[in-house]
Amino acid sequence: MDLLIFEAPILMVQASMDGILLGILFALIAYGMALQWGVMNIINIAQGDLVILGGYIAYFMYLYGIHPAWGVIVSPIIMYFVGVGIYKLVINKVVDRDLFISILATFGISILFMQLMNFAFGADVVLAVSGYGTTMLFDNSVTLPNSKIFAAVISIIFAIGLIIYMKKSKLGRAIRATAQNARAAKILGVDTEKVYAATFGINAALCGVAGALISITFTIHPYMGLPYTIRSFMIVIVAGLGNLPGVAISGMGLGVFEEFADYILGTEFRIGSVFLLLVLILVYRRFKLAKKREYLK
Amino acid sequence: MKKNIFLYSALLIFGLIAPFIFPAFKVQLSILCVLIVLAITWNIQGGEMGYNSFGNILFYGLGMYLCASVQVGMFFPLAEWTESGGEKTFVHTPVQFFQGIAVGLAVAAVIPAIVAGLIGYSILGLRGHYFAIGTLGLGVAAGEISGGIEIIGAGQGFTTPPFPNVGSLEARGEFFYYCSFVALVLTFIAVKSIYSTRFKLVLNAIRDNEDKAEAMGIQTMKYKIIGWMISAFFCGLAGGIMGGLVGYIDSTDVAFDGREMGVFMVLMAILGGKGTLWGPVIGATIFHIFKEGFWTFFLGWQYVALGVLIVVIVIYFPEGIMGWLREKYPEKFGEVVDEADRKAQVELK
Repeated sequence: MDLLIFEAPILMVQASMDGILLGILFALIAYGMALQWGVMNIINIAQGDLVILGGYIAYFMYLYGIHPAWGVIVSPIIMYFVGVGIYKLVINKVVDRDLFISILATFGISILFMQLMNFAFGADVVLAVSGYGTTMLFDNSVTLPNSKIFAAVISIIFAIGLIIYMKKSKLGRAIRATAQNARAAKILGVDTEKVYAATFGINAALCGVAGALISITFTIHPYMGLPYTIRSFMIVIVAGLGNLPGVAISGMGLGVFEEFADYILGTEFRIGSVFLLLVLILVYRRFKLAKKREYLK
Repeated sequence: MKKNIFLYSALLIFGLIAPFIFPAFKVQLSILCVLIVLAITWNIQGGEMGYNSFGNILFYGLGMYLCASVQVGMFFPLAEWTESGGEKTFVHTPVQFFQGIAVGLAVAAVIPAIVAGLIGYSILGLRGHYFAIGTLGLGVAAGEISGGIEIIGAGQGFTTPPFPNVGSLEARGEFFYYCSFVALVLTFIAVKSIYSTRFKLVLNAIRDNEDKAEAMGIQTMKYKIIGWMISAFFCGLAGGIMGGLVGYIDSTDVAFDGREMGVFMVLMAILGGKGTLWGPVIGATIFHIFKEGFWTFFLGWQYVALGVLIVVIVIYFPEGIMGWLREKYPEKFGEVVDEADRKAQVELK
C-alpha cells in the first residue's frame, strides 16, 4: 500500500501529537461521564450534545467580539445550570429505574438538544477563531496549532482542579460517599437528591469546558454530539469506573487511534472506525470475561 | 377463540381493501405496515428476550441496500448505475423489475438473518446497557461505513429502480402497499406461531433471569441467536420494501437512520407495551398517526416533539398501553386474580 503516512514517517509524529492533544479533551468529557455513571448509575447519551452546547456558548462569545477563550470560564457556569435543570426535569425521575429507561430518556434529550441547537444556531459547521497561531517542530515538518496546546493545558488544569475538589471539599466528600453507597449516605444525613443534581451539573460543566475548547480547536455542528458520547463511553469502559489515570491514558490512546485511522482509512471512515472500535472493545472484553464464566455488567 | 377469528378476518379484509377506501393514503398505509413490522421485530428481542437493542436499524439498512443492489445488479452493472445517480441510462422492463424485486426481497431478508447469526455469538454475550450501547455503535458504524463505499453510491445516495410503466398511475402505490401488507401478515403469523411455542417461554426465561435459565439447562446463547435472527429476517424484509417505496437510499438519512427509524421501532414497541403480541401493533399505529400529525402541524419542530415524546413515554408509560390494560384488567389476559387479594391491595392504596 502506498499510503502517505508510511512514505513520510514524520506524519506519524504529527498524528500522534494531534491524537494525544485531542485525547486529553476526550478524557475530560469521559471524566464527566465516569463521574455521573459512578454516582448515579446513568449512562448519559446526551453527553455529546452538552459538549456541543458548551461549544456554541463560546462560539457566541466569539461572534459578539469577546475572545472565545473566555468561554472556558463562562461556558461551564451556564452549563452547570443547564445540567441541574435537566436533572430536575428528567433525570431524577429515571435515576432509580432500569438502565434501559435512562438510556432511552437521555437519548430523547439528545434528540431534543440536537434539534433545538439546529434551530437556534443553524446547521452550519462553525468554529471560533482564537488567533493563537501555530508552533512548528522538527524543521517545520510537524505543525501544532497553539489552540490545541491551550486546550490540552486547560483540560488538565480543570481535571486536576476537580480531583482536588472531590478530595477536599464537603460536596466532593458527599458525592464520593453517595457513589459508594447511596443508602448509607442518606442515613448519615447526606442529601442525595442535592448530590445527584450537583453531580449532573458538574458533569455538564465539564462538558461545557470541553465544548468551549473544541469550538476553538476543531469545529462544532449541532449533530456532532453522538460521537463524543460514544468516545467517552468507550474511554470509561476501557479504563473502568473510578480509574482516573486510566481515563487519561485511554483517552489519549483513542485520540491517537483516531488520527491514525484518519490517515490510513480516510476521513470518511473516521467516525465509523470509532464506533466499530467500540463494538470490538466490547466484544473483546466479553470474550475475556466469558472464560471466567462472567459477563459485562 | 371464535371472536378472534372474526377479529383476524375483519382486519385481513380491511387490510386488503384499505387502499381502495383511502386511495390518498396508500403510501402512509404502506409505511404504517412497515413500521408495525419493525415494532414487532424489535419486540422479539427487546420485549420478549429482554435484550434492548438500538442497532436493529443495521438489518433494516442492510436489507434496503441489498434489495436495491440485487434489483439493479441482476440486469445492469451496479457501479455505472450508482455513478449515473438516477439518470435513466438503464430502464427496467416490467418483467425485469418484478423479478428483481422478488429476488431482492428474498436476499434482503435472508442475508441480514445470516449476518445476525454470525455476529450474534459475539454481540449477544453483552448484557444490559453494554448490549444497548454496543448495538447502537454497530448501527451508527454501519451507516458511517456504507456512506464511504463507492459502489453503493457513497455520500450521493442510491436511486432504486423506478417503477415500470404498467398502464395505471395507481399501480406503484398499490404494488408497494400489498408488498408491505403481505410482509406484515407474514411477520404477524410467524411471530404469533412462535409465541405459542416453548421458544417464547425460553425467551421469557432469558429475559427474567438468564443465569437461572442457563442453570436449568437451557442453551441460552443458541436461543438468543435464533431470536435475533428471526428479528433480523423480518427487519431486513421491511427495509427492502421501504427502500423501493422511498425510491432513494442515503446511508445515514434513509437506510441506517438511527435518529429516526432506529428510535421509532424502540419507541413504538414501548408505547404499545413490550413483551406482548398486540402491543407493537397498537403502538405503531398510534405512533404513526401522532407522528404524521406532528410532521404536518409542527413542521420543522418534529424532532423537538419527538424528543419530548420519547422522554414523556419513557418516564410516564414505561409499561405501554398493553401493560396499562393488563394492570387494569388482568382477567382479560388470562391471569387468575384472587379477588380478596385484589380488594386488600386496593384498600392498602
